[in-house]
Parts: sequence; structure tokens; C-alpha cells
Amino acid sequence: MLELAAREGRATTDADLGKSPFAIRGLTVAYGEKPAVFSVDMTVPEGSMTAIIGPNGAGKSTMLKAALGILRPLSGQVTVFGRPLDEVRDQIAYVPQRASVDWDFPTRVIDVVLMGLYRELGLLGRVRMRHMARAMDCLRRVGMHEFAERQIGQLSGGQQQRVFLARALAEDAELYLLDEPFAGVDAATEKAIIAVLKDLKTAGRTVVAVHHDLSTVRDYFDHVFLLNVRKIAEGPVDEAFTPETLQAAYGGRLAISQHDLFSRNRS
Amino acid sequence: MLWDALLLKLGYNAALVAIGAALLGFAAGATGTFLFLRKRALVSDAVSHATLPGVGLAFIVMVALGGDGRNLAGLLLGSALSAGAGLWALSWLTRHTRLAEDAAIGAVLSVFFGFGVVLLTVIQTMTAGRQAGLESFLLGSTAGMLRVDALVIAISGALVLVAVVILRRPMTMVAFDPEFAATQGISVHRVDMATMGLVMAVTVIGLKVVGLILIVAMLIIPPVTARFWSDRSGRVVLLAGAFGALSGYVGAAISATTPALPTGPIIVLVAFGFFVLSMLVAPGRGVLAATVRHLRYQRRVHLRQGLLALAQGQPVYENLTRRLLRRAGLMRADGVPTDRGRVRAARALLDETRWQAVRADPAHEGAASLYDGLRDIETVLTRDQIEEIDRRIGGPKEVRT
Repeated sequence: MLELAAREGRATTDADLGKSPFAIRGLTVAYGEKPAVFSVDMTVPEGSMTAIIGPNGAGKSTMLKAALGILRPLSGQVTVFGRPLDEVRDQIAYVPQRASVDWDFPTRVIDVVLMGLYRELGLLGRVRMRHMARAMDCLRRVGMHEFAERQIGQLSGGQQQRVFLARALAEDAELYLLDEPFAGVDAATEKAIIAVLKDLKTAGRTVVAVHHDLSTVRDYFDHVFLLNVRKIAEGPVDEAFTPETLQAAYGGRLAISQHDLFSRNRS
Repeated sequence: MLWDALLLKLGYNAALVAIGAALLGFAAGATGTFLFLRKRALVSDAVSHATLPGVGLAFIVMVALGGDGRNLAGLLLGSALSAGAGLWALSWLTRHTRLAEDAAIGAVLSVFFGFGVVLLTVIQTMTAGRQAGLESFLLGSTAGMLRVDALVIAISGALVLVAVVILRRPMTMVAFDPEFAATQGISVHRVDMATMGLVMAVTVIGLKVVGLILIVAMLIIPPVTARFWSDRSGRVVLLAGAFGALSGYVGAAISATTPALPTGPIIVLVAFGFFVLSMLVAPGRGVLAATVRHLRYQRRVHLRQGLLALAQGQPVYENLTRRLLRRAGLMRADGVPTDRGRVRAARALLDETRWQAVRADPAHEGAASLYDGLRDIETVLTRDQIEEIDRRIGGPKEVRT
């Protein structure tokens, strides 16, 4: 009975679940007995661009990794278009944090992008002209095609991030999950990335990104998900990205003046 | 004598050993590359030391069953089982306790090795069985190697290589970016286990030739050597195999010339020789190349700074800069630029101004990324592009002198 009541209390119904390209129910991740993410529900609308925001240590990356099965959650389930994650992994492309890998690894830019074609190539499939052409095309979309033959260690941080995005584009997925794609990148890269993400949205794909720069949330995204271990708010930017929800998520730690975020005309 | 050995003229047995060692070396180098790229090189040390109790226990069991205890297949099976137990212990410790992997490696390595040494001591007090020769598993000995032993090594080495070819893509992806690999449906844990399984196989088949203490060197030194020569993982794997094979072959040949020389240490020393050579002379990542590059770079920076200073009519104080400018005939001893120096200085300043315009323009990002403060912009942009830049910065200007 109690469970039933709780379910009725939720904002979204199970009917929404089937349509959502990315829905999380009751996700809890804990290190020892300290929860990093506690009982989180999330329903991403199809074709939206959603920012996951929250203070440092709020569990944003952890939530994403657990939802993707990279980390083992304590409990919770994830559905993609209403189907369990394992059946539809090929519809999801993930862009990890740039700092999570060793960039001195002996590999070229084009080889990294080709990793995005692993599902197609399999263990022994030969890399053919059409695979190379697709990888080059993905590099072109992020403006990195001139760098295809470079060793990845020679790239700047922003260029590395764009190569990671190109690798995800190679997967040609329905749902793109990005972990801090704008962290520590130059202005040119930020522009290039947001242009690619907006193209994806135009093509009907769904984009979810962990984001840390509150000042650009309104310009880049149409939905937000506020997290601080627990879910604070979720919805269209105009409804969920308010002084009250930000106060609830960040407490007194909100460094950026709220005046900057909300006084601008909401066009 | 050594020449004869290298040309396989020391007799059938020595030739067999050299070829077997080469195959083992190739398998070890290729397999070890993935371990090295995954930054788990030392795990192989724990695995190899964990083989020792298996060797001892297998001997005891075979003697108890009435055999002579020195059946190679039986000893290898025992070593594989105990290496597997060591690997399992290691993986359990890192997954279920808060021990970091290096501490777990230390614990597993020392405990298993200690247990193995105790078993060997016990075996020496046993009257049954012909225990002599078990110590050869520590440092490797090819003296009494039989044709069937060499065949076992050759076939298992080939099987390991086939597995490496099949698994190269997932192993590379897990080594580079395990999180992304996981989203591609690759089980990171299983790929790691498969890699360790291959390492275990190499260790076990290498016991007879290199010995368990030094097999880690065959897994690690060739990949590290190969890394100096290439920036592409596929080539590093092949090169590591080649270095491993060469070390195995030459090492076994040298040890065949002097029966008392243990094979394992010689092979490792040969591999180390290739490593030192590569470290010194490899283009790109080699130490000499890096030093030369650095010195050359330093001179170019000084010359460029000097020219820019001359172009702007500033005095040059730094000794190295003055020396370089004078030696190039660009500046007189009293610090006044020569005619040639004026021309070069003006060109340097123009180049710098063009670069500034290019770097400020997002449309030229590809070219701007090549900016290093030294490169001549005319080697990067086309004539038309440069003319366009010149229009923007007001054309080549006269330089004050």
C-alpha cells in the first residue's frame, strides 16, 4: 500500500516511461553506507536537451555512470524507450570526462573515433573505406578532420573533448549522454560542441549533459535536472531552473549571483 | 662460438631451444603490451610468483601417486592452477577490501612465493621422487630441454598469439578508456580477466625457459622498448613481439654457448640491452633525440627573441642570444644589427604580427594550433590566405631600426 501511494505521488506516470528515451527509477548508489545518489527518478523527454546540474559532490557523474551500468548501483532501474538498458545499449552514446583517460596512450585521433564503430566492426571486422569515411565525417562535424593522423597527446584539452564527441557521433545513437563536455575547454570548442549538440536535437535526438556553468544553462538547454544526492527539481528550464530550486540544490554555496541568472530577459 | 649459436649450428637441441625462446618472447611481448597499456604491469609479477606453490604441490601429488614427479605437463598444470588462485585472490582483495592494487600485489606475491619456497624445502627432504631440477623453475634452464618441451612452448605460444589477435580490439579499448568500453557492451572485468589469463599462459609456458622470477621482464621490457618507436598501439604490439622474440632468440643462443649460464637472466639482459638502445637512439621519444630537440629549440627561441628585440630597437643582453646572433652574422660585437640582421629582424616581426592576426581569428583555428612562436607562417598558410591577413593588419610595415 505504501509503495502504491508513493508511486501515485510521482509527477510522471508509467505511460510516460514508455516514450522517454531515458528514464531512471529509484536509482541509489552508495560507497559503503554513504549514498552518493539516493533514490533518484528522472524522466527525460524525447528530443530534449537536458542539463544535469548541482554542486560539486552532488553525484551528477555518479548518477550517469550508474545509469549506464559503468558503476554498479545499489538499486534502481533504467529504461530506454521503455526497454531495459541491456537491450538497447546501441542506442546510447556516452562521452566520458576528458580527464578520465591517459592522453599519452599510443593512438591516433582517427583510431579513437573508430572505437565508436566497435559495435559494427566487432572483434575481427576489417576497417574499410566506408568506416574511415564515417569516422572522418564525424571529425569534420566537430572541426577536427585536419587532426585525424595526429597522436592524441598532441591535442589541446578542447580538441581532446571534440575527439571524444566525434567518437560518440560515430555511434549514431538516439540518446547522447555527456559528462561535463564543457569543462576546461576553450571558447572555440565550446561553440563547436554546442553547435553539434543543437544539430543532434534538430535531428530529433535526445541530449543529456552534466553541466557546471549555471550562466549558460538557459542558452544551451531546454530542460534541467537539479541534483544534490536527491533529486531537487526536474522540468523545462523556465519551470525548474528558479531561484528557489537553485537555493535548494546549492544551499548557501551558490557562488554566481542570482541576479545574473534571472534578471536577463528570458527570450 | 656465439656466431655458431646464432646461426643454429650448435646442434639440434640448442636450435630447438632458441626457436622456442623466440616464440615465447613474441607471445610475451605482444601480451605484455596490453598489460603495460592498462597500467597493470606488476600484476604479472604476482601471477608469476603465485605459480611456485603449484609446482611444488604438483610434484608432491605426482610422487604420492607413484610417478617420478618431474612430468612437465603435470608441473605446468599445477603452476597454472596456483597462478589462477593467486589471480583470484588479487582480484578479490581489490574488489572487496579497501586495499589498493599495489598493496594486494605485494601481499599475494610474497605469501604465494613464501609458501612455494617452503614446499620446495619440504620436497628436498623427501626421499621419494627425483626432486633435483625443480629450482630451475625459478630462473629457467634450457639445458635438459626436450623436443616435446619445445613443441609445447611453440604450440602454446602460437595459441596465445591467436587469442591476442582476436581480443586486440576490446583489450585496447579497455586499456584506453574502460568507461567507454563498458558502454560498448564490453565487459571490462571479463576482458581484464582474459588479459590476465593470457599473461598466466605466457608465465606458465615460460617457466621452463625464463623462470618465474624473471618472466615479468619478458612481459614488460619489450612493450616499454617498443613504445619508444611508435605512437600507434597496433604497431607497439607487433614491435614488442619482435623485440621479445629477438631477445629470446639471442639470449637462448648465448646461454647455449656456456652450459652453466642460466637462460632466463641472459634473455632478460639482452632485452634490457634493446631497451637501453631504444631509450637512447629512438627518434621522437628517445633521450638523445629529446636532448638534441631541446637544444635546437632553445637556440631557435633565443634567435627569434633576439631578432624581435632588434626589430623593435631594444638592446640584447642575454649572452647566448648575443652569441647566436653574432655567429649568424646578424649583429656586430657592439650590439648593432648588420644589414642582414635588419632584414631578418623585420621578417620575424612581420611573421609574428601575421600570427597574432591568425590566432585571433577562429576561422583559422587549424592553422593557429600550429603556432609555436617559431614556425614561419608561410609554411602553414597559402599565399592567398597570407595576402588576406596582410590586408587586415595593414600590409608589411617598415620596421624601425
